[in-house]
Amino acid sequence: MQQAVQPGMQPVATTFFFYLLSGFTLLSGVFVITRKNPVHSALALIFGLLAQAGLYLMLYAPFVAGVQIILYAGGIMVLFLFVIMLVNLERSQREEQFNGQWVVGLLAAIALGGLFVTVYVKGKALFPYRIAQPVENTNTQQIGLMLYGQYMFAFEIASLLLLVAIIGAVVMAKKRI
Amino acid sequence: MGQIIQYIQSYRHSDLTPGAAGNMFWALVYIMLVFVGLSVAVIAMNWLERKILAHMQVRLGPMRVGPHGLLQPIADAIKLLLKEDIMPAEADALIFWVAPFVVVLAAFTVFVVVPFGPTHAITDMNIGILFMLGVSSLSVLGVVMAGWASNSHYPLIGALRSSAQMVSYEVAMGMAVVSAILMTSLHGLGPYGVSAASSGTGTLSMIGIVQAQNEQHVWFLFKFFPLGFIAFGIFAIAMVAETNRAPFDLPEAESELTAGFHTEYSGLRWSLFMLGEYAAMIAVSSIAVTLWLGGWYRPFANSLTGDTWDLVFSLFPGLIFLGLAAIAFVGVRRMPKHPYFRVQTIGLAGFGAVLGLIGLILFVPPVRDRIQDIFWFVAKVAGFMYLYIWYRATFPRYRFDQLMKVGWKVLLPIGIGVLILTAILGVVL
Repeated sequence: MQQAVQPGMQPVATTFFFYLLSGFTLLSGVFVITRKNPVHSALALIFGLLAQAGLYLMLYAPFVAGVQIILYAGGIMVLFLFVIMLVNLERSQREEQFNGQWVVGLLAAIALGGLFVTVYVKGKALFPYRIAQPVENTNTQQIGLMLYGQYMFAFEIASLLLLVAIIGAVVMAKKRI
Repeated sequence: MGQIIQYIQSYRHSDLTPGAAGNMFWALVYIMLVFVGLSVAVIAMNWLERKILAHMQVRLGPMRVGPHGLLQPIADAIKLLLKEDIMPAEADALIFWVAPFVVVLAAFTVFVVVPFGPTHAITDMNIGILFMLGVSSLSVLGVVMAGWASNSHYPLIGALRSSAQMVSYEVAMGMAVVSAILMTSLHGLGPYGVSAASSGTGTLSMIGIVQAQNEQHVWFLFKFFPLGFIAFGIFAIAMVAETNRAPFDLPEAESELTAGFHTEYSGLRWSLFMLGEYAAMIAVSSIAVTLWLGGWYRPFANSLTGDTWDLVFSLFPGLIFLGLAAIAFVGVRRMPKHPYFRVQTIGLAGFGAVLGLIGLILFVPPVRDRIQDIFWFVAKVAGFMYLYIWYRATFPRYRFDQLMKVGWKVLLPIGIGVLILTAILGVVL
């Protein structure tokens, strides 16, 4: 597994950190939906996203981890907080938090749980057992070469879609430009 | 025991950073050194800012505590530690308590990748610059948390201003940074020298960026003149806005918002905000130094070569300390002769003697060689810190709509233009 890693860079206590970070992610996920105060929810979500960035690091994907921090934790969540602070918190705190739709919730939970169990049981057959090559030293360069070489078309299409979305948002927000 | 000593010594001949070499002990030592150095720098910056600002405004500044107010930062620190820590009754206790720590943590964590020298960094990450930008952008969370948790009007407005400002300037800043990163990958045949070793893909690693500048024999500031210069200018403006400093200090505009997001803070927690702010200033300055000013390399590293020039430039650190010592001794001479000032005079003379001694130690060849890269890096960063003070004394504060206009309608289009032109030049040249 560690062929491409430099001699000094053996991972330490991998299992421990995996469970720690996953635990943080799950815990903050629970906090996101149970807190009554939306600001607390948003902060818990940020914490969860940071823990997720740690998980990406453990998968030898530092670039994805960095982008996760800079875009989600640093950029999008700040805008979330920005909006939340502008809405009326007093009223939203008095409103009922859960709408009591037990049947739908239960069905969704069973479906998701079933999916998880299936993956856990038949996972080895479904996904070929191959640990990703840890090209940590050149991870970013590899991503760059792939995005602008092999997947150039898909990448450009995606950026065009985003551009359309931005223009659409501007047009909808401002009738007269 | 012998094993531990061997483990510690095994790093001595490594040409990697302790993080990259995987040596826990030296990584911890470096972390401690950086932490202590940073704290001392913040204390020194506190004194220098008040002193320089005062002299620019034809005042004396702090003069009472110690000779020329040298002990003022320490007195301030003691005052802040002993001050009562007040929390508003309606505040959100947990978030109010956590916010200053988020700011400090974000500001200090980025120093993990700052390269003070080819091996003098805690670690070298493949995503170095991305990590720095990402983690330093987390400090806005602390500001927003502080403003919201205070549950009062001025802090909330300050926090909203701050988040809007930081998010918008991050975009322009990103454009400038990307154009510099782009330059690391370009190995054109232009007038800037060729690097056959370069693979064609650039790098995000802080050390890699500095080494790319050395390979291409040019600081990115001067590459594709004036493109590098403009990108650097955009960054230099955006970084002032990012750190909420004058003239973009709207989140803490005294005349409108008393103290902005930290209005309700006092004592230790207020001082943590200040610590975070100054550490963030040093952090963004070191990004600028790494990306455009050749990092730890001395000026003219490729044109004034040879042993003689190496020797001349290696004498700078010692000479600077000797100069500081000389200034201190001039101060001793000019002290009032009244017996009331005797203790202060002796103290200043002692301070000068310590500075002179440090200067002499820096002349010793082994020390001289090892201190080189750290010295040049720190000297360049110090230049930026002086600029920060200079801006504060010079420019009046922007209005908020002007601030947004500068960010979105001036810096961002120029940044995109520079990015595109850099890419074109890189392909053409």
